[in-house]
Amino acid sequence: MDMSEPMDKGPKMKLVMVGNGMAGVRTLEELLKLAPDLYDITVFGAEPHPNYNRILLSPVLAGEQTVNDIVLNPLDWYSDNHITLHVGKKVVKIDRNARAVETEDGTSAEYDRLLLATGSNPFILPVPGSDLEGVISFRDIADVDAMVQASSKYRHAVVIGGGLLGLEAANGLMKRGMDVTVVHIGPWLMERQLDEPAARLLQKSLEAKGMKFLLQKQTAELVKGASGRVSEIKFKDGDIAPADLVVMAVGIRPNTELAESSGLHCNRGIVVNDTMQTFDPRIYSIGECAAHRGIAYGLVAPLFEQAKVCANHLAHYGIGRYEGSVTSTKLKVTGIDLFSAGDFVGGEGTESILYSDPIGGVYKKLVIKDNKLVGGVMYGDTVDGSWYFSLLRDGKNVSELRDHLMFGQDHCGNLGHGGINKAATMTDDMEVCGCNGVCKGDIVKAIREKGLFTLEDVRKHTKASSSCGSCTGLVEQILAVTAGGDYSATPKTKSMCGCTDHPHEEVRAAIKQNKLLSIPQVMEFMEWRTPNGCASCRPALNYYLLSTWPGEAEDDPQSRFINERAHANIQKDGTYSVIPRMWGGNTTPSELRRIATVAEKYNIPTVHVTGGQRIDLLGVKKEDLPKVWADLDMPSGHAYGKALRTVKTCVGSEWCRFGTQNSTQMGIDLEKAFFKMWAPHKVKLAVSGCPRNCAEVAIKDVGIIGVDSGWEIYVAGNGGIKTEVAQFLVKVKTDQEVMEYSGAFLQLYREEARYLDRTVHYVERVGLDYVKKKILDDHEGRRALYERLIFSLSVERDPWVERAKEGKLKHEFEALTV
Amino acid sequence: MSSWLKVCSLEEIPPLGARVVRHGDIDIAVFRTTDDEVFAVKDRCPHKGGPLSQGIVHGKSVTCPLHGWNLELATGCATAPDEGCAQKYETKLESGVIHLNLA
Repeated sequence: MDMSEPMDKGPKMKLVMVGNGMAGVRTLEELLKLAPDLYDITVFGAEPHPNYNRILLSPVLAGEQTVNDIVLNPLDWYSDNHITLHVGKKVVKIDRNARAVETEDGTSAEYDRLLLATGSNPFILPVPGSDLEGVISFRDIADVDAMVQASSKYRHAVVIGGGLLGLEAANGLMKRGMDVTVVHIGPWLMERQLDEPAARLLQKSLEAKGMKFLLQKQTAELVKGASGRVSEIKFKDGDIAPADLVVMAVGIRPNTELAESSGLHCNRGIVVNDTMQTFDPRIYSIGECAAHRGIAYGLVAPLFEQAKVCANHLAHYGIGRYEGSVTSTKLKVTGIDLFSAGDFVGGEGTESILYSDPIGGVYKKLVIKDNKLVGGVMYGDTVDGSWYFSLLRDGKNVSELRDHLMFGQDHCGNLGHGGINKAATMTDDMEVCGCNGVCKGDIVKAIREKGLFTLEDVRKHTKASSSCGSCTGLVEQILAVTAGGDYSATPKTKSMCGCTDHPHEEVRAAIKQNKLLSIPQVMEFMEWRTPNGCASCRPALNYYLLSTWPGEAEDDPQSRFINERAHANIQKDGTYSVIPRMWGGNTTPSELRRIATVAEKYNIPTVHVTGGQRIDLLGVKKEDLPKVWADLDMPSGHAYGKALRTVKTCVGSEWCRFGTQNSTQMGIDLEKAFFKMWAPHKVKLAVSGCPRNCAEVAIKDVGIIGVDSGWEIYVAGNGGIKTEVAQFLVKVKTDQEVMEYSGAFLQLYREEARYLDRTVHYVERVGLDYVKKKILDDHEGRRALYERLIFSLSVERDPWVERAKEGKLKHEFEALTV
Repeated sequence: MSSWLKVCSLEEIPPLGARVVRHGDIDIAVFRTTDDEVFAVKDRCPHKGGPLSQGIVHGKSVTCPLHGWNLELATGCATAPDEGCAQKYETKLESGVIHLNLA
């Protein structure tokens, strides 16, 4: 420890954790990040192992991984963090008055805070013979050892329970060479995760691997053989099957024995509130033993969310609440692709979309309610599972996607990653993230070596999926295959960044309601965790302030990304590019002469014609920027900003023999009207003079097409990572209407979109119907939106003029010498 | 050995901002925090050579403008999980004037 750091006076508080599993240890990890010196920590674990990844017991049983591979926190981790670890000791008593726990062998420890992470126990069927040798559950390393041993000596294995765990156990035993029969009471397998058609496909392919099934069978008795070990299983209908090993996988029960004996309120789990606190305020509980709003979760993703919240409260930060999770399921049986989430059965008020190809072994069902995806089940092709899951979790309006929904994300316009490779079949040298050049092998290695669990972790360590995000599904699959389980769950409302728990919408509302005018004010009001934010929240806050309080909030250049601070685009070598504005794509001989002169005078190496009908000067030294702008004497093109970029036009009725409207002039008028407009992301417009659409308006944020009787307005098109055809908004008659409707749409986007959302993302989130309601139906509202936009723009000035001619922020462009 | 050179007055760098200081062929980024602490590191990100002076400063860190690496100003080193360091230089503030030790 660094002794120069100020230390808290007095002894540290004592934290005792009962249970040494994944959820508990994750809480300690989160706690140590927040408050490394707050507690003396003692951990009791009943198993003789350090914390390991319980989800990966299935691959260990199947012989695909070893016990060492799945250890998450080796013993060194505990000693490095000064945690006292007692393994192989079961806590049997909590004395809440004396605030102490005691183990079977009499070891005791006092606590100021107690964390119960006792997990769950397998449910053992109360049938005669359930205590015989050879009858086990599938819960821990000892069970796996027992199964592995049995597989080398015996032949017939019976797994009771055709759920997730049972099938994984059966698969492992089969791989170990045993003859395996799965006994299931339900009419089909995994009925809590699958509907009948999907379950039948699953059964068929497991049968093809050699697994046997006895469905709708109830166990009556386990029969003792001559050796004293179990020898057969008897059913209620009188049938008998040979069984040298019986694995019970019929469910788990929260392990509440200890909590109940100490008088803590339990109801199908240790009852906790949204901060994971039990009815005794000194005692917290998380993991499979905790009942939160009546649910005891059994999957790792929600438990890790709980861990985060619990740690925050243990660290005395007191922010963050756990509000429950939606969960999804993947089966970890090699060669079987299966995914299910949410309400996949459907019923009254829901609609289902089905795709079934029994020969090809593909089955998909999506359940929709009120235009939102509420559940789904997939078999045979699950590459879009995480995409569906995120649609479901975010409650996105899918009415626009509906026609293509079944065919997956690639069919909904994502071009960034066309690869439909399934994670499991990819080789290590295949590229996953095209933006950052990350291969599957890099990701797998990072997950294994650094013990990564979440998508965020993988992004930080490997950069995969951290740029355009189109490979996110693939990365999540790799994570699921490598680390086990499904880790895609993230909190329902996403916070802006790590500096705060507030989502974008809340921050924006607070800025508006409380008239916050500066970034420090927002951070104080909203209790930011960091002294002055980070590179992702500061630019967002700056935009929210400027767009909410135009003319009152002051721009903070230090909170702008360098491009918007220097008003030019930084290039890979640290030089800049300059794109002057050419209204509607029109230029003049005199402008072109000035551009030519500037390019020669400042030795500008590359002159490039852009896709937006402008000219780009690349390789300008930063200190030359103000002089280049002065000599060009043209307006800023804002090609560097989250702002109005280009308005592309065709030559329209002025020249074209097909032109029906003067699209060039319309484009120039729009560009002049919306010039200097900052926005959540870049904004591109285009105007075509006839339906031949030479200005390619279908991929613009606002696209206008001239027809004989007026103008058609299209919105929310996109031509980048996500290619999306703009949607028809309205047809209008006059130029003034084009201006008002376009402006109102852009202002709506400026006021409501999250920072860095393009119009396509925004409209996808709120739905086109909502936009129509605001822009088409509400005439007053539309005019008000338009007027707010015009007012915002009236206080903006051309940044190039300010810097080139008035010397604003000179220091930005001048280097010092020593 | 130390060789302290005057750079500029504190006011010439905006809070949460930076200036580039040229010394022969070397560019050095000099940063100022909100608490008026001053730090100096070589103006080259250990990742792909990005000019750190152009990044967003927050707390005692800077985010490189090219690919978003975060570096600790006090050490010049990238924050985990990224790895690498930009050379750091000693600084001191004497009656409002920033000095840089280039030794």
